[in-house]
Amino acid sequence: MNWLIAILQTALFVALAPLLAGWLKRCKCHLQNRQSPPLLQPYRDLFKLFNKQPVVSEQASWLFIKAPYIIFSATVLAATVVPLIAVDLPTSASADVIVMVGFFAFARFFLALAGLDIGTAFGGMGSSREMTISSLAEPAMLMAVFTLTMTASTTNLSYAISHVLEQGLVLRPSFVFALFALILVAVAETGRIPVDNPTTHLELTMIHEAMILEYSGRHLALIEWASQLKLMLYGVLIANIFFPWGIAQTFSLHDLGYGLLAIIGKLAVLAVILGIAETLVAKMRLFKVQEYLGFAYLLGLLGMLSHIILEASR
Amino acid sequence: MNWTTDFLNQLIDVGISLDRRDAINRVSTTAVWQIEDKHWQQFAITALVENLRWVAGWAEQADEQFMVNACFEKNGVYVVLRTVINAVKPELPTQATVYPAANRSERHTQDMFGIKFMGHPDNRRWTRHQAWDKHQYPLRKDFPAQGSPVEITPPDMHYDFIKGHGAGVYEIPVGPVHAGIIEPGHFRFLAVGELILNLEERLGYVHKGIEKIAEGRTPESLARLAGRVSGDSTVAHCWAACMAMEQAADVIVPNRAAFIRGIVAERERIANHLGDMGAICNDVAFTFAQMQFTRLRERWLRTNATVFGHRLLMDVIVPAGVRCDVSPVACELLKQDIAWLKKELSEIIPSIDLNSSLEDRLYTAGYLSPEIAAAFGTVGYVGRASGQDFDVRRDAVYPPYNQFTFKVAVEDQGDIASRFWVRHKEIMASLKLISQFIEQLPEGDISTPWITPVIDSEGLGIVDGFRGEIISYVRFAAHNKIARFYPRDPSILNWPALEKLVLNNIVPDFPVCNKSLNGSYSGNDL
Repeated sequence: MNWLIAILQTALFVALAPLLAGWLKRCKCHLQNRQSPPLLQPYRDLFKLFNKQPVVSEQASWLFIKAPYIIFSATVLAATVVPLIAVDLPTSASADVIVMVGFFAFARFFLALAGLDIGTAFGGMGSSREMTISSLAEPAMLMAVFTLTMTASTTNLSYAISHVLEQGLVLRPSFVFALFALILVAVAETGRIPVDNPTTHLELTMIHEAMILEYSGRHLALIEWASQLKLMLYGVLIANIFFPWGIAQTFSLHDLGYGLLAIIGKLAVLAVILGIAETLVAKMRLFKVQEYLGFAYLLGLLGMLSHIILEASR
Repeated sequence: MNWTTDFLNQLIDVGISLDRRDAINRVSTTAVWQIEDKHWQQFAITALVENLRWVAGWAEQADEQFMVNACFEKNGVYVVLRTVINAVKPELPTQATVYPAANRSERHTQDMFGIKFMGHPDNRRWTRHQAWDKHQYPLRKDFPAQGSPVEITPPDMHYDFIKGHGAGVYEIPVGPVHAGIIEPGHFRFLAVGELILNLEERLGYVHKGIEKIAEGRTPESLARLAGRVSGDSTVAHCWAACMAMEQAADVIVPNRAAFIRGIVAERERIANHLGDMGAICNDVAFTFAQMQFTRLRERWLRTNATVFGHRLLMDVIVPAGVRCDVSPVACELLKQDIAWLKKELSEIIPSIDLNSSLEDRLYTAGYLSPEIAAAFGTVGYVGRASGQDFDVRRDAVYPPYNQFTFKVAVEDQGDIASRFWVRHKEIMASLKLISQFIEQLPEGDISTPWITPVIDSEGLGIVDGFRGEIISYVRFAAHNKIARFYPRDPSILNWPALEKLVLNNIVPDFPVCNKSLNGSYSGNDL
């Protein structure tokens, strides 16, 4: 039964990710005085891409063709670790947050290799930039997460969320720092403005898109879907760690339904905030990203320090 | 004021004798100075000392001879330098070593006519890609206008780009086919990490044979062709060509027509500047501004369609006048449009000005020093943003601008932000000009009868398009037919500046640097 719910939750993750992307697009369009595409457009795009024949360069090796499947699978596995509508699921219990970060790194490793594999200047450029940014983003991310895990005394997300729920509404300075650190990292990791621009056509400015320029058809669909999944993952992470209220603690239908509604509501609000932020700022210079992620790391560190100084003694 | 008298004495001092023919005709003030071919480079050296700006270069075949021209300017006074060389072994000393701006133009002439510029620093083909054989020179009289195309154009593979050496230097080829809906052009970067070591442009992919197919056209037909040299400056190019033809034919355009020309030219400038300002913001992912500017531009263009019958104002200007009149009702509409745009800009501009993230990207990026801007003779917003205080509308004035005064927008920071704000200032100045044109629109005809010009009569049209000074040379053959047409788009002077202004920038900043310059590929390639 628990395993069924766990699988169901992961399926829900995969199924809802394009919807979140559609909703974000809608928010941004409305903020920018544009007519938005329908909410379900990302699904149509994926459907269209899955029905197209992929065009693969003659120079491509097996890696280029296999990479989309590896990336998608790794991202789905990362999704199993994060509690979406319920805590205490067997999948979440079997792996902790470090495993999740590991899955991300695994996917990124293959994405960067695929970018290099094809031998175009843009692919290599994108891979190099992606690696630069991720090498700065990952420590910042872990720092933010460690703050949380120190509070809960566990690296398991499910238990940590349960712990936060048990404590009730307590204002923890460490969490405020960690929240902002995680938001900054999430923006960088999911390739949003001001770090990367997912909608640009300018190859020279691209990071994520530069690596996948050569992909088409179902390969592209899988990578796009994986990015949407990653965006949702970070959204859920922020929503459920810092605002876990509403998440199902028992597996009754009522609680699960309530949990689903709660996370949809939380993600919708987060997307609006992201949309506003993306409308208000321009993309930063590439070399400013290190300052930005350095700041995220600093926030994570401050979170941990304030935990030790202010909270741990209690 | 006029520097020519002093300069002529200078020339005598260095031993250059010249055949002086004042004024291509009496309407314009352009003098033609004919010199011997051996003095070609010496003239340029003397001219550089006297701070003359190299403006344009073109050649022409006349029987067994080639006539080579170069145009210079100082303080708004233009001079055409001319020499005649033998067609059997056409050679001429280069001016490109003196004036870097002449570099590509001479290569173009070399490609099109087979005139060899001795001592030219760069002997690679420029306009004439591999589609032509080694000894085919498209602008010679014996070359057919339809050319002799081969089944499959050979790839342009062996262009000798500048190579970089050393650890970590790598090449990034970009284009000629780009991801956005823009024109084709190839950019070759040498980069270390993200830092740009060198940028080399490879243009010529949109060569349409404008110069060749202009030959034998009637004035109306040439005006239409000129309007298609570069689609976004259709009004300005058309005006320049018409001005040149009118000079050659001694036609004085009615004042009302001149005013209407002024209105459409300024409307074109505003539309393009609005588009550019939005595009600059979009290249740093500030989509909000782009959407706003696109909206403004769109409504502006729709008014064009309502009043003048064409969104981009193509073919509104015709030889000896304009095609459509502006009714009092239309004047009212245009005035409302101006008031509307002023109000909209007053809301949007502050929100852009106050955005620190945008400021962070646009200030200090893509710096073009006033010295380099002057050395390449850059014009329009590129020159004006780097302190080059020059505007044809003020300094080599032509109707209707001779009846008005306006402030030329100049900035001295030379960065992307300067080029952005120069555009904004120009929009405001143009709005004021259009209001004045409408207020004081004289009564009268909108065109005058055309006079068939005598054989060999020439004209040099100089107008200020949205990118800056446009030069248009026209010479008539017999029976009202065109013998030679050469339009010099401002991009020809501005493109080389891009190679300089991206230095010390990082690769991902190139698109916004490029957009701030916004050169025309079509106008450059002809």
